[in-house]
Amino acid sequence: MQALVHVTLKKTVLDPQGRAITAALNNLGHAGVAGVRQGKFFEIELADGVDPAAARDQVERIAREVLANPVIEEFTVDLQP
Amino acid sequence: MKFGVVIFPGSNCDHDALYALESNLGQEAVPIWHQSEDLQGCDAVVLPGGFSYGDYLRAGAIAHFSPVMKAVKRFADSDGLVIGICNGFQALTEAHLLPGALVRNANLHFVCKTVHLAAGTKDSPFTSHCPSTPLAIPVAHGEGRYHADAATLDELERADRIAFRYCDAEGKLTEAANPNGSARHIAGVLSEGRNVLGMMPHPERAADPVMGSTDGRCIFESMIGALSLAS
Amino acid sequence: MSEITPAVVREHGLTAEEYQRVLDRLGRTPTLTELGVVSVMWSEHCSYKSSRLHLKKLPTKGPGILVGPGENAGIVDIGGGWAAAFKIESHNHPSYIEPFQGAATGVGGILRDIFTMGARPIAVLDSLRFGPLDDPENGARNRHILEGVVGGISHYGNCFGVPTVGGECLFDPGYSGNPLVNVFALGIFRHDQIFFGRATGVGNPVIYVGAKTGRDGIKGASMASEEFSADSEAKRPNVQVGDPFLEKLLLEACIEAMQTGAVLGIQDMGAAGLTCSTCEMGGRSGAGIEIDLKLVPQRETGMTPYEIMLSESQERMLLVAERGREAEVFAVFEKWGLDAAEIGTVTDDGLLRVNNHGETVAELQNSFLTDDAPLYDRPHTVPARSAPLDGPPVADVDSAQALDALRKLVGSADLCSKRWIWEQYDYQVRTNTTAGPGGDAAVVRVKEAGVSLAMALDGNSRYCALDPKAGAMLNVAESCRNLSVVGAQPLGATNNLNFGNPEKPEIMAQLVAAIEGIGEACSHFGAPITGGNVSLYNETLGKGINPTPVLGVVGLIPGMEAPPSSVFPAEGLTLLLLGGWMPGAEDALDRRFGSSQYARVVLGQTWGLPPALDLDFEKKVQDLTRSLVREGLVEAAHDLSDGGLAVAAAECSFGPAGMGASIAAPGDLPAVYALFHESPSRVLIAVRAETVERVQQEAAAAGVPAPVAGRTVAGFLELKVGDRTLIAAPIEGLYEAWDGALRRQLEGE
Repeated sequence: MQALVHVTLKKTVLDPQGRAITAALNNLGHAGVAGVRQGKFFEIELADGVDPAAARDQVERIAREVLANPVIEEFTVDLQP
Repeated sequence: MKFGVVIFPGSNCDHDALYALESNLGQEAVPIWHQSEDLQGCDAVVLPGGFSYGDYLRAGAIAHFSPVMKAVKRFADSDGLVIGICNGFQALTEAHLLPGALVRNANLHFVCKTVHLAAGTKDSPFTSHCPSTPLAIPVAHGEGRYHADAATLDELERADRIAFRYCDAEGKLTEAANPNGSARHIAGVLSEGRNVLGMMPHPERAADPVMGSTDGRCIFESMIGALSLAS
Repeated sequence: MSEITPAVVREHGLTAEEYQRVLDRLGRTPTLTELGVVSVMWSEHCSYKSSRLHLKKLPTKGPGILVGPGENAGIVDIGGGWAAAFKIESHNHPSYIEPFQGAATGVGGILRDIFTMGARPIAVLDSLRFGPLDDPENGARNRHILEGVVGGISHYGNCFGVPTVGGECLFDPGYSGNPLVNVFALGIFRHDQIFFGRATGVGNPVIYVGAKTGRDGIKGASMASEEFSADSEAKRPNVQVGDPFLEKLLLEACIEAMQTGAVLGIQDMGAAGLTCSTCEMGGRSGAGIEIDLKLVPQRETGMTPYEIMLSESQERMLLVAERGREAEVFAVFEKWGLDAAEIGTVTDDGLLRVNNHGETVAELQNSFLTDDAPLYDRPHTVPARSAPLDGPPVADVDSAQALDALRKLVGSADLCSKRWIWEQYDYQVRTNTTAGPGGDAAVVRVKEAGVSLAMALDGNSRYCALDPKAGAMLNVAESCRNLSVVGAQPLGATNNLNFGNPEKPEIMAQLVAAIEGIGEACSHFGAPITGGNVSLYNETLGKGINPTPVLGVVGLIPGMEAPPSSVFPAEGLTLLLLGGWMPGAEDALDRRFGSSQYARVVLGQTWGLPPALDLDFEKKVQDLTRSLVREGLVEAAHDLSDGGLAVAAAECSFGPAGMGASIAAPGDLPAVYALFHESPSRVLIAVRAETVERVQQEAAAAGVPAPVAGRTVAGFLELKVGDRTLIAAPIEGLYEAWDGALRRQLEGE
């Protein structure tokens, strides 16, 4: 099983990288792009046979305590079989 | 006084802090390896600048899981003086010893230059000896924009816990004087107990006349003064 | 095993004759791994096959030189039992393909060259060249390259914890498709801490440390020896990725391992990775090395022997330890969390023998790969030059034109402030930088030895394009002059020779002439060359760059005080012009004005010759400047170079004190020459009124004219020629034109 964790800055935190990318895309003529937010992506390989519910709990804890800083970031967890 | 300077893998202002404390301020200063939980009886702990653990994940994030940080937390909880400079400030916020977070500079660039700081309060063991005129102290960071939610910022102001603000040479809080876009110009904050200070600027780089400014000395002198009173 | 066809040989960049040499020596067809090994070791980048013959003419010996060319870096004595190791390297081609990582790994590579010798790096400087940022066709790309390169240098140097204390950044259309990234690093150590890249002691273990090997940068060394073509874009996977954090750990671990006494020789894995480090370590000592690739730590699976031998994964070192004391070495690397593995042994047969799972995949004589690499005496005719000898008649300037020209010049790409760049570098870490970026020379104190070291990096392709020999001599003169103004005596120099395709006789002639010029001037100023780098084939679509030799000179300052400022610190100081108003004024002034920044920026043309240089006179001016500075008589000092007197006076006025000057030049020359001619051998100094007489006496004794030029005044710049006031303006507007020019081009308004 694999857990996919996306970490992005909270909407309330200025994301200068995302802003710079948006500006660059607009300059390149991608007029339809209204905004970009940059984040981090983690692929976590889980041992075979782990219980999906327990795995979700564990990965959410990992994301909350290590991968993301709750002061500035939020995250999503996807479990893939 | 005896200062302990913590060395994480990737610390690179450790030597500078040791040198400033020993040679410029005449104190005893010892290195403390990140794997150690023994603070060697130090009177104060310095978390120096650098790129601990490569600043991978987030600046200062991995440092806070190291054995030495357990000891630093205990030391802080028992009212020991802890100063985190630059990467050390980042590690202290990651370890929740200080509120808020340090994020990427608003202009996305690393910035190294001498800035001016206004001491926000004299009521702390780090700022009691600071003059009321602005201090010229260098910054050198890529992720130094102080961020906290409005309630936290309000609380910091209410409790007089903002140690330093970026200002211009006259002490005015202009936008141009804020090198990284920090919320409310914040350059350094104090813990609730006022015994932990985190600051992005580098006072250890402004302790020797040959480096162009000695304005950082008053911060260490405040600490030495506070420790002498306590002992 | 792949068949070695003529096409495969060609792809490896070997000529038919070179391949025949391989066949003759081996007496058999090489394996693919052997072909790869030979091709990288015989590439221009590793073998210097086009330049070696000429580099031998450079002065390499001097009283302070402890180690000259041939090692990873040159070493000079700095007194008190301490020494400095320094070198310059180019990372031009990788920086074009992937600016951020190309520049970052350029910094990483030169830092390893320094600490592989046992020295702790204490300073980095960079010499950068880009295409114009406002070029209608290539501007966007040039800006992207500049931002990436600066970001990469900043990322790597800052994280590693070495201050980037200075350098230069210039622009020319020729660099649009071929930027130059030359990185200089300097480190210090005690004389008894010097290590060499030599494999000694038969049976001793060969140990691999640092990052695991992946498929990074395979064939990077041969790539750096090819001209660029459109499909270079597709070479992106060849670019290595740097990890400055790992390098910082590697530095600390290597220095600690060296202190155990168990390390006998050590070499970094740079260009051509494992190949170069093994055969060079064997070649230098005459020993052989046998390694087994299955023992090499690998990041990817299924790597072939060819890939492992040619990988350019970064942050790796090879060392030879004393048999029986390996454990001490391994313990240090374990403490720092680094991989270390014994991958082979030192042998006595002079061979590089590479085994893979019991099979020998390469067996070559080390000396065949190193000392016996091809050496070419390439035909060289007359140096290529495209500019005419004579230009348009130069009209004199009135006051409106003079001020307008000065504003244009200080805001021009070459002369404007590079603060936007150097503020991204941590130039203060280690708290030794007593003169940082933006001045003539960078100065770092060496607390351990109680002295300071000054470093200047200079290249001037404008001059070299018109006359490579004279241009190179002016280059050396300026570097040494930059050291003199901070009170430093040159100890030694390193050079990076960036040129086009040496197979073209008129380009080869540029290289030969420039080396001659460097040699003559370095001998004259007592700055022997301790090593360096040659970067050839800097061409894009058949069009070469201007010849760009870059000189890095290192000098010694007794004591650790901060040197005089390069900007005016106070009001009411007297200005003296050491060297006089216009040395060499009798010699074809109008032709020589064609090489000036005024001709290029204001008139939009280049012609003629570089300024006339009298080496003896230049040395007198430098010796005088140095002794005045050391006597503490100088409050500020700045040499005159690009843009002449007017630009130098303006630059001195751009300090934090907002102090300008009132200067009056004699009226015997047209004002345009008096203000903007780039005649060398001149230094503007500011002294206290009470010391003017003493300074002028010393100048007279030294045979150097030192006329009073004016005085410092607050907030205003005034330049008179004869009885005409040509420039009279507040500093503020000029400062803004100078300080904001680069930022405006990169970020818009």
